Amino acid sequence: MNIDLWPLLIYTLIVVVLVPGLLVVSSLLGQRRQDHATHDVYESGVVSTGSAQLKIAVPFYLTAILFIIFDLEAAFLVAWAISIRESGWLGYTEVFVFIFILLAGLLYLWKSGALEWRTLRQQRDLANLAGEGGVVNVGARAAAAKESHHDHHDDHGHDAHQAGHGGAHH
Amino acid sequence: MFEFVVGSPLNIVLILGAVLVAAALLIWVERRVLGFLNERLGPNRVGPWGIAQSLADVGKLITKEDWVPPFADKLPFIVAPIIVPVVMLLSFAVIPIAPGVGIMDLNIGLLWVLAMAGLGSYSAMLGGLASNNKFSLLGGLRAAGQMISYEVFMGISILGIVILSDSFNLREIVEAQHKHGWFVFPQFIGFIVFVIAGLAETKRWPFDLAEGESEIISGFNTEYSGMKFGLFFVGEYIGMLLLSALIPVLFFGGWYAPFGLELPNAIISGIFWMCAKTGCWIFFFILVRAALVRPRYDQLMNYGWLVMLPLSLLNLLVTGAVVLAQGN
Repeated sequence: MNIDLWPLLIYTLIVVVLVPGLLVVSSLLGQRRQDHATHDVYESGVVSTGSAQLKIAVPFYLTAILFIIFDLEAAFLVAWAISIRESGWLGYTEVFVFIFILLAGLLYLWKSGALEWRTLRQQRDLANLAGEGGVVNVGARAAAAKESHHDHHDDHGHDAHQAGHGGAHH
Repeated sequence: MFEFVVGSPLNIVLILGAVLVAAALLIWVERRVLGFLNERLGPNRVGPWGIAQSLADVGKLITKEDWVPPFADKLPFIVAPIIVPVVMLLSFAVIPIAPGVGIMDLNIGLLWVLAMAGLGSYSAMLGGLASNNKFSLLGGLRAAGQMISYEVFMGISILGIVILSDSFNLREIVEAQHKHGWFVFPQFIGFIVFVIAGLAETKRWPFDLAEGESEIISGFNTEYSGMKFGLFFVGEYIGMLLLSALIPVLFFGGWYAPFGLELPNAIISGIFWMCAKTGCWIFFFILVRAALVRPRYDQLMNYGWLVMLPLSLLNLLVTGAVVLAQGN
């Protein structure tokens, strides 16, 4: 099949000229101001301290690696999807095994904590805060702790007692 | 030269003009509808019912200072806002609007759209990193993580359609739906995954964590002002328009009229129904913005990787098995 690509090329050319053209027009028509805070960093009105070249949290790198693994997989699947009638059940079996291995990999990644965004310390704090049914309601618990006449030690004893009671009930 | 054939100069000029005007109108429509939903009026001063508000905004943005922060990396800072409207407009090149109306019938149409959506994520990433602002950096990182994650199964979710129609060509996909019925029924799971992934790809509410104005000012575009901000803004709305046009093409029979309600002229009927279906989806996305709250970032990512990705893969396997078992 012979495809004439001229319309796409002309359209691309128009778009690529038009959009940056708007910036050029704006830089010609725009005003120029020079006040004492014009060239400051805007960080909620607070005077900026330190560099913005921060250390980046590790989960973002993990996400990028996961993307490379699973998007490559999508590239193979695209080639299979368009030729499914030609490759038949044999091709289907191979894709089935392929997807099964990837899903098993995803399960492993999940269980090994690759998809976890909290640090170990945050996870521990969260586990300590969880109330009945795993519900975390920090405000209500803090208020209850303030109102209660028990001190911290008694509170723990109470929790342990409840847990023991629940165990005995079973 | 001036007739309705795919790729004629008339088509190119009309479609480009229509997309830009529709994006400008869309900004006004969204502000106005959100206004009513919040029990206020929205912009209603410029022109009748405020319809010329976007025109006034363009005039204002063009005459604002074209400021490049002295602390930013100049070249990526300027290139970043240009990328998003360019790739979104280029995606429109393969959208079939009616018989004989469209810019290009690319036989890799669906892959072209996915490729352009993938390039779009550079915009927020570069903008956030080049600004040298802590909030921009956070927004840019969030945008990068979110967009590459949801891109994976956005591609996988529409492979079911490729299997059913045996083509990447969007016009042939519409014709296949005319023959076999709307793909939303056999591909319902793929449809749900695609809509959610599309929302995340265009950074629309409720997935606007990259901007998250209540946490990180304006995210990746905090340091942008004037027309450079305007390009980010209009690019987002062209992206929403693209998504709203893509959903009818892929799942709701494109320009073909539902229930046999064709208008006399095939081209006019096609344009009317395509616009009507697109309009319905635009309205849906505005309502979603008004109704839903933003999730937490780890919830967003885990929802994508642990729910949407397995779901789209299983959908693909089931679709393939059914098509092979039917032997057509």
